[in-house]
Amino acid sequence: MDTISILEPLLKILFIIFVALLPAVAYGVLAERKISAFIQNRLGPNRVGPWGLLQPLADIPKLFFKEDIVPAAANKFIHSLAPLISITIAFSTFAVIPFGDTITFSIGDSSYTTKLQIADVNIGFLYILALSSLAVYGITLSGWSSNNKYSLLGGLRSTAQMISYELSMGLSLIGVVMLSSSLQLDDIVAAQGGYWLGFIPKWNAIPQFLGFVIFVVAMFAETNRLPFDLPEAEPELVAGYHTEYTGMKFGIFMLSEYIAMITASALIATLYLGGWQAPYLEHLGLSPFLMSVAQMAAFVVKVFAIVIFFMVVRWTVPRFRYDQLMSIGWKVLLPLALVNILLTGLFVILYH
Amino acid sequence: MDKLLEKSEVIRTKDLTFFQKVYIPEILKAMLVTVKQIFLPKFTYQYPEEHFEPASSFRGRPVLVQENDVERCVACGLCARVCPSLAIQVQASETDLSKERYPELFEINMTRCIFCGFCEEVCPEEAIVMSNDYELTFTSQEESIYGKDKLLKSIQEMKPRLDFLKKMR
Repeated sequence: MDTISILEPLLKILFIIFVALLPAVAYGVLAERKISAFIQNRLGPNRVGPWGLLQPLADIPKLFFKEDIVPAAANKFIHSLAPLISITIAFSTFAVIPFGDTITFSIGDSSYTTKLQIADVNIGFLYILALSSLAVYGITLSGWSSNNKYSLLGGLRSTAQMISYELSMGLSLIGVVMLSSSLQLDDIVAAQGGYWLGFIPKWNAIPQFLGFVIFVVAMFAETNRLPFDLPEAEPELVAGYHTEYTGMKFGIFMLSEYIAMITASALIATLYLGGWQAPYLEHLGLSPFLMSVAQMAAFVVKVFAIVIFFMVVRWTVPRFRYDQLMSIGWKVLLPLALVNILLTGLFVILYH
Repeated sequence: MDKLLEKSEVIRTKDLTFFQKVYIPEILKAMLVTVKQIFLPKFTYQYPEEHFEPASSFRGRPVLVQENDVERCVACGLCARVCPSLAIQVQASETDLSKERYPELFEINMTRCIFCGFCEEVCPEEAIVMSNDYELTFTSQEESIYGKDKLLKSIQEMKPRLDFLKKMR
Protein backbone atom coordinates (compact mmCIF):
# COMPACT_ATOMS: atom_id res chain seq x y z
CA MET A 1 0.00 0.00 0.00
CA ASP A 2 2.76 2.38 0.91
CA THR A 3 4.67 1.98 -2.33
CA ILE A 4 1.44 2.28 -4.24
CA SER A 5 0.41 5.48 -2.48
CA ILE A 6 3.74 7.00 -3.48
CA LEU A 7 3.85 5.49 -6.94
CA GLU A 8 0.33 6.43 -7.89
CA PRO A 9 0.66 10.24 -7.70
CA LEU A 10 4.11 9.99 -9.23
CA LEU A 11 2.73 8.13 -12.23
CA LYS A 12 -0.07 10.67 -12.52
CA ILE A 13 2.41 13.55 -12.39
CA LEU A 14 4.57 11.95 -15.08
CA PHE A 15 1.47 11.29 -17.16
CA ILE A 16 0.25 14.88 -16.80
CA ILE A 17 3.61 16.47 -17.54
CA PHE A 18 5.01 14.25 -20.28
CA VAL A 19 1.89 12.90 -21.95
CA ALA A 20 -0.49 15.79 -21.51
CA LEU A 21 1.14 19.15 -20.82
CA LEU A 22 4.44 19.19 -22.72
CA PRO A 23 3.06 17.86 -26.02
CA ALA A 24 0.05 20.12 -25.55
CA VAL A 25 2.37 23.11 -25.22
CA ALA A 26 4.52 22.08 -28.19
CA TYR A 27 1.49 21.68 -30.38
CA GLY A 28 -0.24 24.62 -28.74
CA VAL A 29 2.55 26.84 -30.05
CA LEU A 30 2.18 25.32 -33.49
CA ALA A 31 -1.60 25.71 -33.32
CA GLU A 32 -1.20 29.33 -32.30
CA ARG A 33 1.14 30.00 -35.23
CA LYS A 34 -1.15 28.19 -37.63
CA ILE A 35 -4.31 29.90 -36.41
CA SER A 36 -2.61 33.29 -36.39
CA ALA A 37 -1.50 32.66 -39.95
CA PHE A 38 -4.92 31.55 -41.12
CA ILE A 39 -6.58 34.56 -39.54
CA GLN A 40 -4.11 36.79 -41.42
CA ASN A 41 -4.70 34.86 -44.67
CA ARG A 42 -1.26 33.27 -44.54
CA LEU A 43 -0.30 29.61 -44.42
CA GLY A 44 1.94 29.49 -41.37
CA PRO A 45 4.72 26.96 -40.79
CA ASN A 46 4.41 24.18 -43.34
CA ARG A 47 7.96 23.20 -44.22
CA VAL A 48 8.91 20.84 -41.39
CA GLY A 49 6.97 17.65 -41.85
CA PRO A 50 3.53 17.35 -43.39
CA TRP A 51 1.45 20.46 -42.69
CA GLY A 52 4.29 21.72 -40.46
CA LEU A 53 3.51 19.09 -37.84
CA LEU A 54 7.16 18.51 -36.91
CA GLN A 55 7.83 22.23 -36.32
CA PRO A 56 7.93 21.86 -32.49
CA LEU A 57 10.60 19.18 -32.85
CA ALA A 58 12.68 21.65 -34.83
CA ASP A 59 12.04 24.56 -32.45
CA ILE A 60 12.86 22.88 -29.16
CA PRO A 61 16.42 21.77 -30.06
CA LYS A 62 16.97 25.22 -31.51
CA LEU A 63 16.13 26.80 -28.16
CA PHE A 64 18.36 24.31 -26.35
CA PHE A 65 21.41 25.03 -28.49
CA LYS A 66 21.18 28.81 -28.41
CA GLU A 67 23.69 30.76 -26.39
CA ASP A 68 22.56 31.64 -22.90
CA ILE A 69 23.31 35.32 -22.34
CA VAL A 70 23.09 37.08 -19.00
CA PRO A 71 23.31 40.89 -19.24
CA ALA A 72 26.48 42.38 -17.76
CA ALA A 73 24.95 44.20 -14.80
CA ALA A 74 22.09 41.80 -14.21
CA ASN A 75 21.53 40.05 -10.92
CA LYS A 76 22.63 36.65 -12.12
CA PHE A 77 21.00 34.54 -9.42
CA ILE A 78 17.56 36.10 -9.68
CA HIS A 79 17.86 36.29 -13.45
CA SER A 80 18.16 32.50 -13.52
CA LEU A 81 15.63 31.95 -10.76
CA ALA A 82 12.78 33.91 -12.35
CA PRO A 83 11.94 31.47 -15.18
CA LEU A 84 12.04 28.60 -12.70
CA ILE A 85 9.48 30.36 -10.49
CA SER A 86 7.25 30.88 -13.50
CA ILE A 87 7.39 27.28 -14.64
CA THR A 88 7.01 25.76 -11.17
CA ILE A 89 3.84 27.72 -10.57
CA ALA A 90 2.48 26.99 -14.02
CA PHE A 91 2.95 23.25 -13.49
CA SER A 92 1.83 23.01 -9.89
CA THR A 93 -1.54 24.66 -10.49
CA PHE A 94 -2.46 21.64 -12.55
CA ALA A 95 -2.07 19.36 -9.54
CA VAL A 96 -5.55 19.98 -8.18
CA ILE A 97 -7.49 20.04 -11.42
CA PRO A 98 -9.64 16.93 -11.87
CA PHE A 99 -9.33 15.78 -15.45
CA GLY A 100 -11.77 12.91 -15.11
CA ASP A 101 -13.87 10.89 -12.70
CA THR A 102 -12.48 7.74 -11.07
CA ILE A 103 -11.08 5.16 -13.44
CA THR A 104 -10.98 1.40 -12.79
CA PHE A 105 -8.30 -0.78 -14.32
CA SER A 106 -9.24 -4.44 -14.16
CA ILE A 107 -6.71 -7.09 -15.15
CA GLY A 108 -8.23 -10.53 -14.81
CA ASP A 109 -9.93 -10.71 -11.41
CA SER A 110 -8.06 -7.91 -9.67
CA SER A 111 -9.04 -4.32 -10.26
CA TYR A 112 -7.60 -1.01 -9.23
CA THR A 113 -9.56 2.20 -8.90
CA THR A 114 -7.97 5.61 -8.89
CA LYS A 115 -9.08 9.20 -9.09
CA LEU A 116 -8.09 11.11 -12.22
CA GLN A 117 -6.57 13.98 -10.28
CA ILE A 118 -3.07 14.29 -8.89
CA ALA A 119 -3.99 15.68 -5.49
CA ASP A 120 -7.57 15.80 -4.25
CA VAL A 121 -7.02 18.73 -1.92
CA ASN A 122 -10.09 19.84 0.00
CA ILE A 123 -9.08 23.50 -0.40
CA GLY A 124 -8.13 23.12 -4.08
CA PHE A 125 -9.91 26.35 -4.82
CA LEU A 126 -7.79 28.37 -2.39
CA TYR A 127 -4.67 26.57 -3.59
CA ILE A 128 -5.30 27.84 -7.11
CA LEU A 129 -5.89 31.41 -5.95
CA ALA A 130 -2.72 31.31 -3.85
CA LEU A 131 -0.57 29.96 -6.67
CA SER A 132 -1.92 32.29 -9.31
CA SER A 133 -0.97 35.29 -7.19
CA LEU A 134 2.53 33.86 -6.82
CA ALA A 135 2.91 33.71 -10.61
CA VAL A 136 3.56 37.44 -10.69
CA TYR A 137 6.90 36.92 -8.92
CA GLY A 138 8.42 35.15 -11.90
CA ILE A 139 7.57 38.02 -14.19
CA THR A 140 8.40 40.85 -11.81
CA LEU A 141 11.73 39.36 -10.73
CA SER A 142 12.74 38.67 -14.31
CA GLY A 143 11.92 42.26 -15.21
CA TRP A 144 13.79 43.63 -12.23
CA SER A 145 16.91 41.47 -12.47
CA SER A 146 17.49 42.03 -16.19
CA ASN A 147 18.91 45.55 -15.73
CA ASN A 148 16.87 46.73 -18.69
CA LYS A 149 14.34 49.54 -18.64
CA TYR A 150 11.92 47.74 -20.91
CA SER A 151 12.05 44.63 -18.76
CA LEU A 152 11.55 46.66 -15.62
CA LEU A 153 8.52 48.42 -17.09
CA GLY A 154 7.10 45.08 -18.14
CA GLY A 155 7.57 43.62 -14.70
CA LEU A 156 6.08 46.72 -13.11
CA ARG A 157 3.02 46.62 -15.32
CA SER A 158 2.59 42.97 -14.56
CA THR A 159 2.46 43.60 -10.81
CA ALA A 160 -0.17 46.29 -11.10
CA GLN A 161 -2.18 44.24 -13.57
CA MET A 162 -2.12 41.11 -11.45
CA ILE A 163 -3.20 42.92 -8.31
CA SER A 164 -6.14 44.58 -10.01
CA TYR A 165 -7.37 41.38 -11.64
CA GLU A 166 -6.73 38.90 -8.85
CA LEU A 167 -9.37 40.61 -6.77
CA SER A 168 -12.21 40.42 -9.24
CA MET A 169 -11.14 36.90 -10.18
CA GLY A 170 -11.36 35.69 -6.59
CA LEU A 171 -14.66 37.46 -6.03
CA SER A 172 -16.19 36.06 -9.21
CA LEU A 173 -15.29 32.57 -8.04
CA ILE A 174 -17.16 33.00 -4.77
CA GLY A 175 -20.41 32.61 -6.70
CA VAL A 176 -19.32 29.15 -7.81
CA VAL A 177 -18.40 28.20 -4.26
CA MET A 178 -21.80 29.40 -3.02
CA LEU A 179 -23.61 27.26 -5.57
CA SER A 180 -21.68 24.07 -4.95
CA SER A 181 -20.96 24.83 -1.24
CA SER A 182 -17.52 23.29 -1.42
CA LEU A 183 -13.94 24.41 -1.97
CA GLN A 184 -12.97 21.04 -3.41
CA LEU A 185 -12.72 21.14 -7.18
CA ASP A 186 -13.95 17.55 -7.36
CA ASP A 187 -17.19 18.49 -5.62
CA ILE A 188 -17.59 21.57 -7.78
CA VAL A 189 -17.43 19.39 -10.90
CA ALA A 190 -19.71 16.75 -9.38
CA ALA A 191 -22.27 19.45 -8.58
CA GLN A 192 -22.40 20.34 -12.27
CA GLY A 193 -23.74 16.93 -13.32
CA GLY A 194 -27.40 16.47 -14.22
CA TYR A 195 -29.78 18.66 -16.18
CA TRP A 196 -32.18 21.53 -15.77
CA LEU A 197 -35.58 20.93 -17.39
CA GLY A 198 -34.23 17.57 -18.46
CA PHE A 199 -31.93 18.77 -21.23
CA ILE A 200 -29.88 21.84 -20.26
CA PRO A 201 -26.59 20.64 -18.70
CA LYS A 202 -26.26 21.96 -15.17
CA TRP A 203 -23.08 23.90 -15.85
CA ASN A 204 -22.12 26.82 -13.66
CA ALA A 205 -21.72 29.10 -16.66
CA ILE A 206 -25.50 29.43 -16.97
CA PRO A 207 -26.56 30.61 -13.49
CA GLN A 208 -23.17 32.27 -13.00
CA PHE A 209 -23.01 33.98 -16.38
CA LEU A 210 -21.77 37.28 -14.97
CA GLY A 211 -19.15 35.52 -12.88
CA PHE A 212 -18.17 33.45 -15.89
CA VAL A 213 -17.51 36.51 -18.04
CA ILE A 214 -15.58 38.23 -15.25
CA PHE A 215 -13.52 35.11 -14.63
CA VAL A 216 -12.69 34.69 -18.33
CA VAL A 217 -11.61 38.33 -18.61
CA ALA A 218 -9.54 38.01 -15.44
CA MET A 219 -7.96 34.84 -16.81
CA PHE A 220 -6.89 36.70 -19.94
CA ALA A 221 -5.19 39.26 -17.72
CA GLU A 222 -3.78 36.54 -15.48
CA THR A 223 -2.11 34.66 -18.33
CA ASN A 224 -0.81 37.87 -19.98
CA ARG A 225 -2.61 37.10 -23.20
CA LEU A 226 -3.87 39.76 -25.55
CA PRO A 227 -5.77 42.05 -25.06
CA PHE A 228 -4.02 42.27 -21.68
CA ASP A 229 -0.45 41.38 -22.64
CA LEU A 230 0.89 44.67 -21.30
CA PRO A 231 3.93 43.10 -19.55
CA GLU A 232 5.35 42.05 -22.91
CA ALA A 233 3.64 44.49 -25.29
CA GLU A 234 5.94 44.12 -28.30
CA PRO A 235 5.39 47.52 -29.94
CA GLU A 236 6.03 49.39 -26.70
CA LEU A 237 8.45 47.31 -24.62
CA VAL A 238 10.37 45.19 -27.18
CA ALA A 239 9.45 41.97 -25.39
CA GLY A 240 8.77 43.24 -21.90
CA TYR A 241 9.99 41.11 -19.06
CA HIS A 242 11.76 38.52 -21.23
CA THR A 243 13.67 41.01 -23.39
CA GLU A 244 16.99 39.94 -21.88
CA TYR A 245 16.36 36.21 -21.95
CA THR A 246 17.83 33.89 -24.53
CA GLY A 247 17.97 30.21 -25.26
CA MET A 248 16.21 27.83 -22.96
CA LYS A 249 15.55 30.44 -20.29
CA PHE A 250 13.38 32.22 -22.80
CA GLY A 251 12.02 28.81 -23.77
CA ILE A 252 11.00 28.20 -20.18
CA PHE A 253 9.13 31.50 -20.10
CA MET A 254 7.41 30.54 -23.33
CA LEU A 255 6.59 27.12 -21.89
CA SER A 256 5.17 28.54 -18.68
CA GLU A 257 3.12 31.08 -20.61
CA TYR A 258 1.48 28.33 -22.63
CA ILE A 259 1.06 26.03 -19.64
CA ALA A 260 -0.55 28.93 -17.81
CA MET A 261 -2.90 29.32 -20.76
CA ILE A 262 -3.79 25.62 -20.72
CA THR A 263 -4.22 25.70 -16.95
CA ALA A 264 -6.45 28.75 -17.24
CA SER A 265 -8.54 26.96 -19.84
CA ALA A 266 -8.73 23.88 -17.62
CA LEU A 267 -9.86 26.09 -14.74
CA ILE A 268 -12.55 27.76 -16.81
CA ALA A 269 -13.72 24.33 -17.96
CA THR A 270 -13.65 22.90 -14.44
CA LEU A 271 -15.34 25.74 -12.63
CA TYR A 272 -17.86 26.91 -15.18
CA LEU A 273 -18.24 24.45 -18.05
CA GLY A 274 -18.79 21.24 -16.13
CA GLY A 275 -15.22 19.94 -16.01
CA TRP A 276 -15.15 16.33 -17.14
CA GLN A 277 -18.95 16.10 -17.18
CA ALA A 278 -20.04 15.26 -20.70
CA PRO A 279 -23.76 15.85 -21.23
CA TYR A 280 -25.96 13.07 -22.68
CA LEU A 281 -23.06 10.58 -22.46
CA GLU A 282 -24.85 8.27 -20.01
CA HIS A 283 -27.43 7.40 -22.68
CA LEU A 284 -24.77 5.67 -24.76
CA GLY A 285 -24.44 2.84 -22.24
CA LEU A 286 -20.64 2.63 -22.24
CA SER A 287 -18.67 0.34 -19.93
CA PRO A 288 -17.29 2.14 -16.84
CA PHE A 289 -13.74 2.18 -18.21
CA LEU A 290 -14.79 3.59 -21.58
CA MET A 291 -17.00 6.09 -19.75
CA SER A 292 -14.00 7.42 -17.80
CA VAL A 293 -11.99 7.70 -21.00
CA ALA A 294 -14.85 9.52 -22.73
CA GLN A 295 -15.11 11.94 -19.82
CA MET A 296 -11.40 12.61 -20.00
CA ALA A 297 -11.78 13.24 -23.72
CA ALA A 298 -14.65 15.62 -23.02
CA PHE A 299 -12.43 17.55 -20.63
CA VAL A 300 -9.63 17.74 -23.19
CA VAL A 301 -12.06 18.92 -25.87
CA LYS A 302 -13.37 21.65 -23.59
CA VAL A 303 -9.86 22.78 -22.68
CA PHE A 304 -8.77 22.97 -26.29
CA ALA A 305 -11.92 24.77 -27.35
CA ILE A 306 -11.09 27.45 -24.76
CA VAL A 307 -7.44 27.56 -25.85
CA ILE A 308 -8.57 28.20 -29.41
CA PHE A 309 -10.95 30.84 -28.08
CA PHE A 310 -7.92 32.48 -26.43
CA MET A 311 -6.10 32.48 -29.76
CA VAL A 312 -8.99 33.92 -31.74
CA VAL A 313 -9.48 36.70 -29.18
CA ARG A 314 -5.79 37.53 -29.55
CA TRP A 315 -6.34 38.52 -33.18
CA THR A 316 -9.65 40.24 -32.54
CA VAL A 317 -9.22 42.69 -29.70
CA PRO A 318 -6.44 45.29 -29.74
CA ARG A 319 -4.25 45.74 -26.68
CA PHE A 320 -5.72 47.88 -23.91
CA ARG A 321 -3.96 50.99 -22.78
CA TYR A 322 -2.55 50.84 -19.27
CA ASP A 323 -5.12 53.19 -17.77
CA GLN A 324 -7.96 51.46 -19.58
CA LEU A 325 -6.82 48.16 -18.13
CA MET A 326 -6.83 49.64 -14.65
CA SER A 327 -10.22 51.24 -15.03
CA ILE A 328 -11.75 48.02 -16.33
CA GLY A 329 -10.25 46.06 -13.47
CA TRP A 330 -11.25 48.38 -10.67
CA LYS A 331 -14.27 50.28 -11.95
CA VAL A 332 -16.08 47.61 -13.92
CA LEU A 333 -15.07 44.08 -13.00
CA LEU A 334 -14.77 44.58 -9.25
CA PRO A 335 -18.26 46.12 -8.75
CA LEU A 336 -19.74 43.55 -11.12
CA ALA A 337 -18.14 40.74 -9.16
CA LEU A 338 -19.62 42.15 -5.96
CA VAL A 339 -23.05 42.43 -7.59
CA ASN A 340 -22.65 38.83 -8.72
CA ILE A 341 -22.01 37.70 -5.14
CA LEU A 342 -25.06 39.60 -3.96
CA LEU A 343 -27.31 38.10 -6.64
CA THR A 344 -26.00 34.60 -6.07
CA GLY A 345 -26.51 34.98 -2.33
CA LEU A 346 -30.12 36.07 -2.86
CA PHE A 347 -30.68 33.18 -5.25
CA VAL A 348 -29.22 30.64 -2.83
CA ILE A 349 -31.30 31.97 0.09
CA LEU A 350 -34.53 31.99 -1.91
CA TYR A 351 -34.25 28.57 -3.49
CA HIS A 352 -32.68 26.44 -0.76
CA MET B 1 -15.91 83.81 -25.11
CA ASP B 2 -19.02 82.04 -23.79
CA LYS B 3 -19.72 80.59 -27.17
CA LEU B 4 -16.24 79.13 -27.38
CA LEU B 5 -16.63 77.47 -24.00
CA GLU B 6 -19.98 76.02 -24.98
CA LYS B 7 -18.53 74.54 -28.08
CA SER B 8 -15.63 72.91 -26.32
CA GLU B 9 -18.01 70.99 -24.07
CA VAL B 10 -19.44 68.98 -26.94
CA ILE B 11 -16.69 66.51 -27.56
CA ARG B 12 -18.43 63.55 -29.16
CA THR B 13 -21.71 63.71 -30.95
CA LYS B 14 -22.16 60.01 -31.53
CA ASP B 15 -22.92 58.21 -28.30
CA LEU B 16 -22.59 54.49 -28.00
CA THR B 17 -25.66 52.44 -27.27
CA PHE B 18 -25.84 50.39 -24.10
CA PHE B 19 -25.04 47.20 -26.00
CA GLN B 20 -21.94 48.76 -27.48
CA LYS B 21 -20.82 49.98 -24.07
CA VAL B 22 -21.12 46.49 -22.61
CA TYR B 23 -18.37 45.62 -25.11
CA ILE B 24 -18.73 41.84 -24.86
CA PRO B 25 -21.31 41.53 -27.70
CA GLU B 26 -19.11 43.76 -29.83
CA ILE B 27 -16.13 41.48 -29.18
CA LEU B 28 -18.19 38.46 -30.18
CA LYS B 29 -19.22 40.25 -33.38
CA ALA B 30 -15.57 41.02 -34.13
CA MET B 31 -14.60 37.43 -33.42
CA LEU B 32 -17.03 36.31 -36.08
CA VAL B 33 -15.11 38.46 -38.56
CA THR B 34 -11.83 36.98 -37.36
CA VAL B 35 -13.08 33.42 -37.64
CA LYS B 36 -14.39 34.11 -41.12
CA GLN B 37 -10.85 35.01 -42.22
CA ILE B 38 -9.66 31.49 -41.39
CA PHE B 39 -11.69 30.04 -44.25
CA LEU B 40 -10.83 32.64 -46.86
CA PRO B 41 -8.25 31.83 -49.56
CA LYS B 42 -4.64 32.47 -48.61
CA PHE B 43 -2.31 34.96 -50.28
CA THR B 44 0.94 33.09 -49.66
CA TYR B 45 3.22 32.18 -52.58
CA GLN B 46 5.01 28.90 -51.81
CA TYR B 47 8.16 30.58 -53.05
CA PRO B 48 10.71 28.10 -54.33
CA GLU B 49 8.01 26.02 -56.01
CA GLU B 50 5.69 28.84 -56.96
CA HIS B 51 7.09 32.03 -58.45
CA PHE B 52 5.67 35.50 -58.27
CA GLU B 53 5.41 36.94 -61.80
CA PRO B 54 5.72 40.72 -61.44
CA ALA B 55 3.71 43.06 -63.62
CA SER B 56 5.50 45.03 -66.34
CA SER B 57 5.57 48.06 -64.06
CA PHE B 58 7.86 46.17 -61.67
CA ARG B 59 11.41 47.50 -61.25
CA GLY B 60 13.68 44.48 -61.06
CA ARG B 61 17.36 44.40 -61.95
CA PRO B 62 18.38 46.72 -64.84
CA VAL B 63 19.26 44.98 -68.12
CA LEU B 64 20.59 46.07 -71.53
CA VAL B 65 18.27 45.60 -74.48
CA GLN B 66 19.75 43.59 -77.34
CA GLU B 67 18.32 44.25 -80.83
CA ASN B 68 19.47 42.00 -83.75
CA ASP B 69 22.27 40.60 -81.61
CA VAL B 70 23.69 44.09 -80.95
CA GLU B 71 23.06 46.10 -77.83
CA ARG B 72 21.12 49.31 -78.34
CA CYS B 73 23.41 51.18 -76.01
CA VAL B 74 25.47 53.96 -77.60
CA ALA B 75 27.65 54.40 -74.50
CA CYS B 76 26.65 58.02 -73.93
CA GLY B 77 27.28 57.54 -70.19
CA LEU B 78 24.13 59.31 -69.05
CA CYS B 79 23.07 56.35 -66.94
CA ALA B 80 26.41 56.25 -65.19
CA ARG B 81 26.11 60.00 -64.66
CA VAL B 82 22.59 59.89 -63.18
CA CYS B 83 23.07 56.81 -61.05
CA PRO B 84 22.68 58.03 -57.43
CA SER B 85 24.63 55.15 -55.99
CA LEU B 86 27.38 55.14 -58.62
CA ALA B 87 26.71 51.54 -59.55
CA ILE B 88 27.19 51.83 -63.33
CA GLN B 89 30.47 51.94 -65.18
CA VAL B 90 30.59 52.48 -68.97
CA GLN B 91 33.59 52.53 -71.30
CA ALA B 92 32.81 53.66 -74.85
CA SER B 93 34.43 52.53 -78.06
CA GLU B 94 33.84 53.10 -81.79
CA THR B 95 32.07 50.74 -84.17
CA ASP B 96 31.33 50.54 -87.93
CA LEU B 97 27.60 50.23 -87.28
CA SER B 98 25.31 53.20 -87.90
CA LYS B 99 25.16 53.97 -84.18
CA GLU B 100 28.97 54.59 -84.35
CA ARG B 101 29.58 54.03 -80.63
CA TYR B 102 29.13 50.99 -78.43
CA PRO B 103 30.02 50.15 -74.83
CA GLU B 104 33.24 48.21 -74.70
CA LEU B 105 32.64 47.64 -71.01
CA PHE B 106 29.31 47.96 -69.23
CA GLU B 107 29.22 46.97 -65.60
CA ILE B 108 26.58 47.35 -62.90
CA ASN B 109 27.60 46.67 -59.36
CA MET B 110 24.51 44.92 -58.03
CA THR B 111 25.48 45.44 -54.39
CA ARG B 112 25.21 49.19 -55.03
CA CYS B 113 22.15 49.31 -57.30
CA ILE B 114 19.07 50.63 -55.50
CA PHE B 115 16.59 49.84 -58.30
CA CYS B 116 15.51 53.48 -58.58
CA GLY B 117 15.11 53.26 -62.34
CA PHE B 118 16.83 56.61 -63.07
CA CYS B 119 19.11 54.95 -65.63
CA GLU B 120 16.09 53.72 -67.53
CA GLU B 121 14.42 57.11 -67.31
CA VAL B 122 17.43 59.03 -68.57
CA CYS B 123 18.40 56.66 -71.40
CA PRO B 124 17.77 58.31 -74.79
CA GLU B 125 17.84 54.99 -76.67
CA GLU B 126 15.68 52.88 -74.37
CA ALA B 127 18.73 50.70 -74.14
CA ILE B 128 18.76 50.11 -70.38
CA VAL B 129 15.46 49.04 -68.84
CA MET B 130 14.34 47.50 -65.60
CA SER B 131 13.51 43.79 -65.91
CA ASN B 132 11.17 41.72 -63.77
CA ASP B 133 14.01 39.63 -62.38
CA TYR B 134 14.13 39.84 -58.61
CA GLU B 135 16.22 36.79 -57.84
CA LEU B 136 19.71 38.15 -57.28
CA THR B 137 22.15 35.89 -55.54
CA PHE B 138 25.92 36.00 -55.37
CA THR B 139 28.43 34.72 -52.90
CA SER B 140 31.25 37.24 -53.39
CA GLN B 141 31.89 40.90 -54.23
CA GLU B 142 33.37 39.91 -57.60
CA GLU B 143 30.27 37.99 -58.59
CA SER B 144 28.09 40.96 -57.71
CA ILE B 145 29.51 43.03 -60.59
CA TYR B 146 27.34 42.18 -63.56
CA GLY B 147 29.09 42.56 -66.91
CA LYS B 148 27.64 42.61 -70.39
CA ASP B 149 27.34 38.82 -70.39
CA LYS B 150 24.73 38.95 -67.65
CA LEU B 151 23.12 42.27 -68.58
CA LEU B 152 22.21 41.68 -72.21
CA LYS B 153 18.65 40.55 -72.85
CA SER B 154 16.87 40.24 -76.20
CA ILE B 155 14.22 42.75 -77.25
CA GLN B 156 11.59 40.00 -77.40
CA GLU B 157 12.18 39.18 -73.76
CA MET B 158 11.92 42.81 -72.68
CA LYS B 159 8.85 43.59 -74.84
CA PRO B 160 6.34 43.92 -71.94
CA ARG B 161 8.53 46.47 -70.21
CA LEU B 162 9.19 48.43 -73.43
CA ASP B 163 5.46 48.48 -74.19
CA PHE B 164 4.79 49.67 -70.68
CA LEU B 165 7.33 52.47 -71.07
CA LYS B 166 5.82 53.54 -74.37
CA LYS B 167 2.35 53.63 -72.85
CA MET B 168 3.18 55.36 -69.61
CA ARG B 169 5.74 57.94 -70.74
